[in-house]
Amino acid sequence: MADLKLTEVAKSYGPVDVLKHINLEIERGELIVFVGPSGCGKSTLLRMIAGLEKITGGELQIDGQVVNNVPPAQRGIAMVFQSYALYPHMTVHENMSFALKIAGKSKAEIDAAVSRAAKILQLEPYLDRLPKALSGGQRQRVAIGRSIVRDPKVYLFDEPLSNLDAALRVATRIEIAQLKEQMPDSTMIYVTHDQVEAMTLASRIVVLAGGGIAQVGTPLELYERPENTFVAQFIGSPQMNLLGGRIVGTGAQTRVELPEGQGTILSNYPTRDSDLGLTVEVGIRPEDMLPTDGPDYAYAGEVEIKEALGEVTLAYFKKQKPEHDPVIAKLPGIHTGLRGRVMHMTADPSKVHLFSNGRSLLYRD
Amino acid sequence: MGPLMQGVLTIFVGVFGCVAYYYFSNLFLDRVLYPARGDDAGRNINRANAVRPWLFLFPALFALSLYLVYPVVGSFWRSLFDRSGDAFVGFQNYRSLGADPEFRSAVVNNFLWVLVVPAASTFLGLIVAQLTDQLKWGGVAKSLIFMPMAISFVGASLIWKFVYANDPNIGLLNAIRGAFGAPSLDPLQLPFWNNFFLMVILIWIQTGFAMVILSAALRGIPEETVEAAILDGANPFQIFFKIQVPQIMGTIVVVWTTITILVLKVFDIVYTMTGGNFGTQILPSYMMEYMFRDDGRATAVAFVIMILVLPVMIWNIRQARKELR
Repeated sequence: MADLKLTEVAKSYGPVDVLKHINLEIERGELIVFVGPSGCGKSTLLRMIAGLEKITGGELQIDGQVVNNVPPAQRGIAMVFQSYALYPHMTVHENMSFALKIAGKSKAEIDAAVSRAAKILQLEPYLDRLPKALSGGQRQRVAIGRSIVRDPKVYLFDEPLSNLDAALRVATRIEIAQLKEQMPDSTMIYVTHDQVEAMTLASRIVVLAGGGIAQVGTPLELYERPENTFVAQFIGSPQMNLLGGRIVGTGAQTRVELPEGQGTILSNYPTRDSDLGLTVEVGIRPEDMLPTDGPDYAYAGEVEIKEALGEVTLAYFKKQKPEHDPVIAKLPGIHTGLRGRVMHMTADPSKVHLFSNGRSLLYRD
Repeated sequence: MGPLMQGVLTIFVGVFGCVAYYYFSNLFLDRVLYPARGDDAGRNINRANAVRPWLFLFPALFALSLYLVYPVVGSFWRSLFDRSGDAFVGFQNYRSLGADPEFRSAVVNNFLWVLVVPAASTFLGLIVAQLTDQLKWGGVAKSLIFMPMAISFVGASLIWKFVYANDPNIGLLNAIRGAFGAPSLDPLQLPFWNNFFLMVILIWIQTGFAMVILSAALRGIPEETVEAAILDGANPFQIFFKIQVPQIMGTIVVVWTTITILVLKVFDIVYTMTGGNFGTQILPSYMMEYMFRDDGRATAVAFVIMILVLPVMIWNIRQARKELR
């Protein structure tokens, strides 16, 4: 049964459509990550699920019940805000028990719920402190604890790690993953613009772009079989190289010729005879670019910039046209004397993606 | 020499006198008193730096003591003398204050004012600030409510004299009474209640002040805490009183004490409306009654008022400093 179901959900401010045609089903126990560039509407969508923003079109169901007009507190959701949103005048204990007090729970019930959450989050020594006496990571845990005590059906996280420093972010990310394991039945929706958070935490990722859903899938599905060039370039770092080309051989494998003195490359994407001559974009991730000495290369270029990261070395090839993104190769290990050298690159056919008009050839009807 | 020229000359002398004082005194300190050369250069620099703040603060300290400290001490000294200021009478002025029933009634009334006016102004200002923040035409409403702040107390009193006028054709209050068939009366002569009719005027003036400050404070509250409370199931009243008000408590106290200090000093309203008659006397108007007739007694009242204001003021300054931190 779908715990959460969005049907044609839309949001518009007057004539401006921020979100439209959002269709999504979320199962109980999933950790869904909404990811996308700034301004893609991911936070707005989360706030619509929370009930903090009005849904202007479509239908939102939680547990089979339409909740479009149900007040936020009765939707069975809890939210962790980016800024923590702790009540500054209340102690940690009071912060965590506020919702239960409002709901008129007995003191014994409240204390039991708070101490259970405090134990999960290791907040027991801090229950009598005010938020200002806590570190950023501790505040974040209190905010999560405030959600846990309410025992909601759905947890909503709005960029919960973006106010933490880099080291703490990694630690808290792992804590959230562990928390999810401790509560396998809770559904969580997590908004972030950080693709590492998305890849590591999500059971499924929803990529949002331009007010719509670009693709929904498990992290590896998005990485291995992106539906369109947007998802292909959004997931993975550095972003996927896209090279213009023309199909010269079809079948179970497809051969593509790259123009302007470049070579040809094989892809495992199947094509039909009618595709012969079709203009396509060839997508190769920087980590899939392989140097080759043989005559059967796909791309040749002069290395213009080198970034040595230790574990890998990034080689940026000279752009053919100034408006192009540079082609990047991620070479394992340390390489010296790369700059200025002309390199020939190819890739494994299973790692070569083909797109036509921005859509993947894998997902055609 | 025309007065304009005199003014310009005064400004000229004042400004350049100040600049010259700072420049030359600093020069004297660095070059003559503790020059940064010779065997004691390091020690001299330290000494010069220790003296410099006092050098620069001196004009302000001097002006403050001349215009603030001296009057306080002088007033106290004057309050120990008789009406003409010739004979030293010790604390006789204070003793006769205590024996005067009008003074005691003024103290009681002032106490009422201090209890009612700051509380009512702050409460109304808070409510208005919260309500107007949600409205499209809230800005207009705010300007209207703030406007009385711009009216002098005497002007405001005159306006309210019309409201309270003992004539249904002029007075709003009596017109309403008349509509219900009740006879006309003078609200300002109703014993005990007339105090509250006078307080209404100051509340009317001060609500705008409270509203402006508290409105800014309410806007400073992080929006997320309110949203978190909505998700926690709090209703609008709970959000207001349990989430928003506690977060601006510091500002509320500052507004409250600021109005309290004002209340202890306002004499214009009582002076204009009733002249302290009909049992409406308060300390500042009581002081005005004796001023120029018996300065010894008037300064004694002034001193009593200062003693009353002082603790509130200290609290106010402490709270305001805490807010700044």
